[in-house]
Amino acid sequence: MAQQTDIKYLTPIAVDIRKKKYCRFKKSGIKYIDYKDGEFLKRFVNEQGRILPRRLTGTSLKYQKKVAQAVKRARHLALLPFVTDNLKSNN
Amino acid sequence: MLNHYETVFIMTPVLSEEQMKETVKKFEKILLDKGAEIVHQENWGLRKLEYPIAKKTSGFYHLFEFVAEGSVVKEFELQYRRDEKIMRYLTVSMDKHAIAYAEKRRNLRKEKAANVEAPVAEQPAENTNNE
Repeated sequence: MAQQTDIKYLTPIAVDIRKKKYCRFKKSGIKYIDYKDGEFLKRFVNEQGRILPRRLTGTSLKYQKKVAQAVKRARHLALLPFVTDNLKSNN
Repeated sequence: MLNHYETVFIMTPVLSEEQMKETVKKFEKILLDKGAEIVHQENWGLRKLEYPIAKKTSGFYHLFEFVAEGSVVKEFELQYRRDEKIMRYLTVSMDKHAIAYAEKRRNLRKEKAANVEAPVAEQPAENTNNE
């Protein structure tokens, strides 16, 4: 029994230490999110073109609302797709 | 009350370059006639659409930034709807952050245009990290 508990690892076990998420807009002081910049907004949608949740991107509520609005405006102007497959094939 | 507005519209790709310019001019005139002050305008040229609109896969984009009464927008958008050359439009009012951003963007574009004209010119001094 004792042998089983006394396992020693050569390398320390990878306990996943998560990096704390942060709001990139707050951090870099961006006040306005442009709906005309489709390439930038692609960071906030998944491959199907859906808006990524805050819990994944770490965006604060205030800016998530602005991101959502910008994405929706961009979609209206056909700068972003409503639905698609493999939007980010380059990533 | 005077407000800052920004409007982007998409014209059908069926138009020739000249017709496109004519249409732009027409809308510019409408704005001016209604007493709006055009702060800035941009032509993005023929762009691919991310999804087809009216069975077209591309369109001419144009942007106006203007200062006007709120009532002007309604009348202006009516003109959009009456013109069959316009496939899509979007008018948004701008808050102070948007205005600041638009100004920055304008300068950035100007700088870029200047760099294209003179590619051997020295690098822009200040770093404009925008994203």
